[in-house]
Amino acid sequence: MSVDIYKINPEFRDIMPKDIIDLEDNATWHATATKNRGISDLPDKKEILEEHSLCAGCPEAAALRYILTALPIPEDTIIVNSTGCTSLMFPHIALHTVHSLFGNQNAVASGIKRTLDWRFPDKTKDVIVLAGDGATIDIGLDYTLQSWFRQEKITTICFDNEVYANTGGQESGSTPKGQVFKMAPKGKVFDKVPMWELAVTSGCQYSVKLTASAPKKVAKVLREAVLVARELGPTYIHLYTPCILEIGLAANEGLWEMKEQDKERFESFRYVSPEAEEYLKECKAKGIL
Amino acid sequence: MTKRSDMTAEKNWSGQKIVSPDYLLFEAPREKHFMTGSEVVKEAMKRCTVDASVSYPITPQSEAAHLIGELWAEGYIGTYFRGENEFGVMSEVAGCAMAGSRTVTTTSGPGTLRAMENFPMWSGTRIPCQLILMARGINSPLTIQPDNLEVSFLLETGCMIWYAENVQELFDMTIAAFIVAEKPDVHIPIITAVDGFFVSHTRESVMLPADDIALPPYDPYAAPLPPIDSEMPPGRFLRDPFVMKSNYISYATHASWQWEVRSAADRSRKYAKHFLKGLVHTTGDDVADVVFVACGTASHQAKEAHRELAKLGVTCKVVKLRTIRPFPTEELIEATKGAKYIFVPEFNVTGWLYNEVVKALYGRSESEVIGKPRVAGGMSMPVEEILKEVANFVKID
Repeated sequence: MSVDIYKINPEFRDIMPKDIIDLEDNATWHATATKNRGISDLPDKKEILEEHSLCAGCPEAAALRYILTALPIPEDTIIVNSTGCTSLMFPHIALHTVHSLFGNQNAVASGIKRTLDWRFPDKTKDVIVLAGDGATIDIGLDYTLQSWFRQEKITTICFDNEVYANTGGQESGSTPKGQVFKMAPKGKVFDKVPMWELAVTSGCQYSVKLTASAPKKVAKVLREAVLVARELGPTYIHLYTPCILEIGLAANEGLWEMKEQDKERFESFRYVSPEAEEYLKECKAKGIL
Repeated sequence: MTKRSDMTAEKNWSGQKIVSPDYLLFEAPREKHFMTGSEVVKEAMKRCTVDASVSYPITPQSEAAHLIGELWAEGYIGTYFRGENEFGVMSEVAGCAMAGSRTVTTTSGPGTLRAMENFPMWSGTRIPCQLILMARGINSPLTIQPDNLEVSFLLETGCMIWYAENVQELFDMTIAAFIVAEKPDVHIPIITAVDGFFVSHTRESVMLPADDIALPPYDPYAAPLPPIDSEMPPGRFLRDPFVMKSNYISYATHASWQWEVRSAADRSRKYAKHFLKGLVHTTGDDVADVVFVACGTASHQAKEAHRELAKLGVTCKVVKLRTIRPFPTEELIEATKGAKYIFVPEFNVTGWLYNEVVKALYGRSESEVIGKPRVAGGMSMPVEEILKEVANFVKID
């Protein structure tokens, strides 16, 4: 629809919580923004994430803030989530979000996107999947890949913390080989699943691996991925958001861990199909990037 | 390519005249056709202004699912695709329905069990989608034969469950299912079951209304929960997410939600009574010593047995249950009043319907309930088998 759904009935304005009033008065929406939304809005604009219940210093929380602040049209964006630490934050997002089951996020998103294209053929409605590595790479791998094979026009974001953090620190398919975690008491015996590469061979138009160490870079990648998905087909962002709790770091050490990994396991990977490359150039020329 | 925006107040997007559910089901002139259960599902969906369908092949429902696909190609259905497996399909159905589509899918036996995690999610999400279930055996050993054991796994999912006896009932029931499931005070998923092969593959005479009329479209904005389409304020009700909390509010929220889903099913009774012309159908003697309580094709066989028993002078009645969830307890008690023996013939090994009947009648009936005959794994239920069981209790000359 539009930003209108965030307008408060004047009769109720005096009893509404401040964060709801702020959504109308001081959040950046596509319809009301004078420039592209982005990281520069964070200091003084109302965020569409209100508080959160993750651990202090959790890089996931920071990454989600970067992503939400960079959505091209938040008022027409639906985010599908899965089970895990990220699901703790979803109830705090002031958009239409879904938590359905563990691992079925890309299937649910496919249904939503198909219906929105049917019901609103003349409107832009972005559908984004945001889930952890367990949901994306283990339990939900089939549904993730199949949505890519089908060329669903959705963006899939994996918050990779390389562990099942929410259930207490068990090995996942994304855990690096040799790492000792619960359920891998002798160390993980197989390699980290290269999901960003599978994305390419499975038909994604755009696949990028990075850490959340540089907010502006995360915002840029998010925006590119959403624009390409809207126009051409599936896109994938593989984002390192370490679980500082499970790897024994303090609340202020997440950023440094991500900076370290920028040079190692999360060394930049970027695939953009020739069509997507061309389209992104057009977007840049039009000023929407 | 049809567009939803092609719809007017009088016509749906495929140009069919929009008529009231009562007109479509009860008043429109009908003509005789000869078709299978799978074919009649296509005919029913053609008249339902369906927005979305997702399919996956499994015997014996594949024909119904791909015939629905043909409807999409013909412009009657908004969006349609084949999913990756039944778990994926039921999640895709959920996505379609959450975003505001009238949505249908079909499955059978092992597919039902593969998809299982989705069904309580469906009801908890309050989506009014329809699953047409063509029941078959559950492996192992490998079987693709008729058997309705799978229905027992669905009983406590929070979904409504209706059961059709034959091709004609399947047609009418799958249309009525959308109407009842989408009532704002109900608004939960519905499973319309038939016995696979016996109904899906059997060609029967059916009376169908013309195919240029159809149900009014689904209105997602009349739903008790906002559709996920960014057109209404988001349901931001979880400022303090209850899901991970261990406190009284969390428990109370979950409990009340689960009760509410069951209450929604209960509220469907009045609508089902109207559109199905009763939650149970009774045939035979008003006062009978022997009563058969059955659903699906077992009730057809019970009716055959009734004819034979009548010839032998045994008073007999058949009570066909059309809704399993909600269970028609009061109707069953009323219909079985005065019976000496209640037989529950079933196409499964566990006797789930017998258990349901015993539970409903406990402390409220003097009748002896006998969970026989029971056949499974694809076996048929000859009338002789039913008579043999009756003869163990009633003197038959």
